[in-house]
Amino acid sequence: MDATKCPPGMRVLVSLTALSSLSGCSGPQSALQPAGVDAEQIGQLFWWMCAVAVLIWLLVIGFAVYATHINPETHDSRAARWLIIGGGAIAPPVVLGALLVFGLPLLPSLSAPAEDGLQVTVSGERWWWRVQYPTPSGGTVELANEVRLPVGERVGFSLTSPDVIHSFWIPSLGGKVDMIPGRTTRLTLEPTDVGVYRGACAEYCGTAHALMNFQVVVMEPEAFTVWLEQQAAPAQTPQSSLARRGQEAFLANGCSACHTIRGTPADGVLGPDLTHVGSRLSLGAGILPNDAEAFARWIRHTDQIKPGVNMPAFAMLPEGQLTALAAYLSGLK
Amino acid sequence: MAQRMESEPDSESEALPERRETLWLLALSPMLWMLYFLVSYATAAIWCAKVVGRDGSLEGARIAIGVYTVLTLVGIGIVTWRGFRKHSFGTATVPHDFDTPADRHRFLGFATVLLGGLSVVATLYVALAIVFIGSCT
Repeated sequence: MDATKCPPGMRVLVSLTALSSLSGCSGPQSALQPAGVDAEQIGQLFWWMCAVAVLIWLLVIGFAVYATHINPETHDSRAARWLIIGGGAIAPPVVLGALLVFGLPLLPSLSAPAEDGLQVTVSGERWWWRVQYPTPSGGTVELANEVRLPVGERVGFSLTSPDVIHSFWIPSLGGKVDMIPGRTTRLTLEPTDVGVYRGACAEYCGTAHALMNFQVVVMEPEAFTVWLEQQAAPAQTPQSSLARRGQEAFLANGCSACHTIRGTPADGVLGPDLTHVGSRLSLGAGILPNDAEAFARWIRHTDQIKPGVNMPAFAMLPEGQLTALAAYLSGLK
Repeated sequence: MAQRMESEPDSESEALPERRETLWLLALSPMLWMLYFLVSYATAAIWCAKVVGRDGSLEGARIAIGVYTVLTLVGIGIVTWRGFRKHSFGTATVPHDFDTPADRHRFLGFATVLLGGLSVVATLYVALAIVFIGSCT
């Protein structure tokens, strides 16, 4: 068989594989499907870079085909020398310079402070997200592993980390910014479309780096205000006897040493605030669904679900206590 | 395989302006760019950290970096001109790869010119950042 010929089956397979990669261009975590002003700008920069790269590639391949197939005779050495100097030495700095002139003006707007807008503080922990919102009364309310934003408003983020470097990135809404211990970095985002998006840590930060995600919910401003008021309120008193037993188990087993549930004696600050944990879209920083079954699994097999996590696994809990605890936590809406 | 036919130009080696070739001129342009980068970076960092604060304007630092840019470009220009003069001396043919003083002389001159061009581009790229970014934020 001619080694240069590819079997038809292989061609189909390669084509399908290439086509399947396009599925990564959309979805809740795609910079190519912008839902924010900043992501739109970054997307434009990307498409310009892509177009120029394709143009350069076509030119290079075109010259190669011309020189080897269309006109394979000896070429004029003077013309060839100027082609090499022009294409190899002069054109690259000019193209890169144009890219800089196009890209650099984007940077100030991506980190510009939001004038009188909402200011959210996010701390990258190992391996989850501590999120603090200002309340209308002048205080702050602490949440975890979920960011909600009002559509059409410019929101400022203050980003920090207590120990290792993380990077805060919501591809659909804008660029990424590192969270550096001892420093506060800034990011500004302006979502344009209501919806649920996905954020992630974009800087390798340790064992469970890939398990450190979060949901981003962009809401209408009125709905956002209502949501923030609900989140600022203390936890609901458990209604069912199962949930009451769960609350007792929570306090009796030392969970309150690390977690806060506002309205109860639990005031630990090492782990995520659980006051309204049942109202979030996911559990364990974007890795499990938020239901009683997932809570039970998380509590019993914490270290298996998220290797390296600081929370110990409570595999010793009796089945009844575990079920009650899961019911209580998933009911904290 | 084809071989170059020109003869080794050894007769003019005695007339070279330098008694011993040195690499310092070759490395001077990239060193000027490196120094420029370092001083510009330090100026902006000190300006933002100690003078105007993290939300302040870069205006003062911009002027200083503008002056650094002009000085660096003038310095690189002088070095490149000297490289060009060096490359223009003698009749040793390209690609200057004979093991003779005349070839080494022209080669070092030519390499100095190329590195000078590269350093000009690098300096302008650094300067572009301060043109478009006007705040410490």
